[in-house]
Amino acid sequence: MNKKVYMAAGFNTVALGTGRKEFHPAKPRPGLEHYITEAAKGTLSQIGGAKNVDESVIGNFMASRFNKQGHLAGFIPMVDPGLAGKSATRTEAACASGGVALTAAIRSVLAGTADTVLAMGVEVQNTVKAIYGADVLAGAGWYQHRKAGHAYFFPGQFSNRAGAYFERFGREDSRKGLARWYRNAIENARLCPTAQEFHNSAKDLDALALTPPNGKVFVDHLNVFDCSKVSDGACSIAVLSEDGLKKCGIDKKDAVEVISFAQVQRDITSVPEDLTVMSATKLAVAKALSQAGIALDQLATIELHDCFTIAGVLMVEAIGLAPHGKGAEWIAEGNSARNGKLPINTTGGLIGWGHPTGATGVHQAVTIWEQFTNRAGDAQISVNEEKPYGLSINMGGDDVTVVAIVYKKN
Amino acid sequence: MSYSEKLSHVAVLGAAGKMGSGILLLTALEMFEQSTLPENQGKSFLLDAIDLSPEALKGLRKYLAVQAKKNGEKKTVWLRSVYANRADLIENEQIIDQYVQDVVDQVSFTTRIESAYDAHLVFEAASENPDLKVKLFKQIDVNSSVKPWFLTNTSSIPISYLDQNASLGGRIIGFHFYNPPAVQKLAELISAPATLPELTEFSLQFASRLRKTVVKSNDVAGFIGNGHFMRDLLFASSTVARLSSEFSVAQALYIVDKVSRDYLVRPMGIFQLTDYVGVDVCSYILSVMDRFIPGRGLKSDLVDSLLSMNIKGGQFSDGSQKDGIFKYQKGAPVAVINLENGEYLPLTEVAPACDSWLGALPQGWLGWKQVMRLADREAHLASHFATLRTMPDNGAKLALEYAQWAAKVAHGLVSDGVANSTIDVNTVMMTGFFHSHGPVNNF
Repeated sequence: MNKKVYMAAGFNTVALGTGRKEFHPAKPRPGLEHYITEAAKGTLSQIGGAKNVDESVIGNFMASRFNKQGHLAGFIPMVDPGLAGKSATRTEAACASGGVALTAAIRSVLAGTADTVLAMGVEVQNTVKAIYGADVLAGAGWYQHRKAGHAYFFPGQFSNRAGAYFERFGREDSRKGLARWYRNAIENARLCPTAQEFHNSAKDLDALALTPPNGKVFVDHLNVFDCSKVSDGACSIAVLSEDGLKKCGIDKKDAVEVISFAQVQRDITSVPEDLTVMSATKLAVAKALSQAGIALDQLATIELHDCFTIAGVLMVEAIGLAPHGKGAEWIAEGNSARNGKLPINTTGGLIGWGHPTGATGVHQAVTIWEQFTNRAGDAQISVNEEKPYGLSINMGGDDVTVVAIVYKKN
Repeated sequence: MSYSEKLSHVAVLGAAGKMGSGILLLTALEMFEQSTLPENQGKSFLLDAIDLSPEALKGLRKYLAVQAKKNGEKKTVWLRSVYANRADLIENEQIIDQYVQDVVDQVSFTTRIESAYDAHLVFEAASENPDLKVKLFKQIDVNSSVKPWFLTNTSSIPISYLDQNASLGGRIIGFHFYNPPAVQKLAELISAPATLPELTEFSLQFASRLRKTVVKSNDVAGFIGNGHFMRDLLFASSTVARLSSEFSVAQALYIVDKVSRDYLVRPMGIFQLTDYVGVDVCSYILSVMDRFIPGRGLKSDLVDSLLSMNIKGGQFSDGSQKDGIFKYQKGAPVAVINLENGEYLPLTEVAPACDSWLGALPQGWLGWKQVMRLADREAHLASHFATLRTMPDNGAKLALEYAQWAAKVAHGLVSDGVANSTIDVNTVMMTGFFHSHGPVNNF
């Protein structure tokens, strides 16, 4: 990268959906306007206000269907008149919309067209029942594949991946890895007040996680606990140059540095050659790490896109933390738990914290910023100087758009 | 004729009523499922929804569409395979909408009973009036060329009586759903001695396809469910009369209702249940039972006086509770009737004196909802009843008296040849009435 880029002033709304005490499917809930305003103001209040913002980027996947609302950049000046008359862009890359909002912001800072970018993401999905939400989310895949796909399209896609993995590497041992992933996610979410699973008080998480899948009503190889839930929420963070930091009066200690990033695209019309491999994720991580010039053992934490437990396993392998076929075992051994070798998804990830699709990529950056600036509250992990790096991986569709970002603690 | 051939043309009488609409829905869903089987491709399936009220039929169409949609939303995985060859149906929403349309399209909504003349099966859910039912069956049977099977939803009238008086030659069976049929798991099946074995066999298959728990009852008026419920109600009524020397009727109603709900750990008290079913319906059932089982005191002065004051209870078409013995707010009783002037007395006024007479609930008491969630419900109930036996309070004594009566009624149903076993009585009370325990137990 030709100059230093930082992130600071992160903010997450609550990830609202089933599991939160305040969520009731029949009661009215906040809409897009509320979430966008709450998240943006959460960041603006930490950077000296809208006057310091040069441009904004907002990631969103499918407000056009979930909320019958397009043109989301138009909501940015609604938050604060100080954002009017400036550039605002909406990015869409399915569930990587938030990650792409971040890379768009980073690129603008690198290009010198902005010193301070308000980068955010939002999704309000509880407007329809899950069975219809599945139709909307299926838009992250190729529409020509929809007819042959499962009623729950994406759970179906990842169930197929899980099935292939089980067949090749053994069902029972693999399931142990998935179950441990679920337990870690919930235990971490219980430490984060904005997490959708913050109120989760289930006693035997392992038993829940091992609920046998029922293909008659859901998918063949995954149960509902293997899946992230339907969430509403927004997340926001400032992406800044050194000048931006100064203008906003932010100390470097209160920011993380962006060391490298990679954005990789796979052909949406093609079927993965090997269902047990996430090739685009593998490539994005390799690129980001090589640009950063760091090794895996220098990572203090990772935020990765566990829309399904099996995605967690496949990504662990794509990153290179475990050999092909050994990811589940590596997880089952506790390596990714908060007290393990490399804590992953320390506030619960998509399964525990929630998955407001267009906001997820930004949420990952906010979590790493919180951890590296000692703001993670009860979810705080210790980060030592020998391992000052963090990695986030945000995925759109089935390994179609992948954004990997490497961060450094200041 | 095969199971699905029998289902290829069905008529439901009283289809827009409380029970009829549920029966129509379940039949329509099952009929659609049969129509999707490979061997039934291209065959026609027809369901006549017959009711006197055109207005109610309009409501029925809506109810059917809404419920079919809910069903489709739960069974979308299956529906995608049903419509796999329809290239134009891609998203779940399109598929579910088509399903709803196909389910509703099977049904012809009509006020004309003549539609039933060609039906292979006639499901009857008309009002609980023996003469009316006989008249309907006769009219259809003499005009039909296919010798239809009749399934009656009667909850009290002996099937043999209907069979003989309508001259059906055993082509009738009692298929008693509980309210609401789409939700309640229990079906009481009543074969008269003359009922055709193949009709019984069909009914068992139909019930099993509908995932109902079947309890076979013998052909005695009231069968098991109302046989128990009505005698329960009679005990409650006589207890009210007994308490009336010490309390006002309103207070006595409150006391007995509370004891039957809280102390006996049931979802609602006996008089709330009476309101739920309808005081008028209870009166109808009692009169049928008294007619067919005379001399057993199956009469209630309390029910008679309530009805004479036009206090009926029952439900509105949206399922919410009408005022009856109690006045309701959001489904919960808030006031009780004063039989002297027909006005309601707030429970806040009635309760204190009654509660202090009853005494405190036993230590460790849990309400019905909590008890139903317990992993070891049996152990909790055993300790609950053991504690009651140690208590000197009036509430505990009355509760034990009530529980003994309930057990006695259950044994009586077996010795009278209504139920085949006390296990069947327990199943009916627990599945059809949602009691936390059967009347015959070791507590």
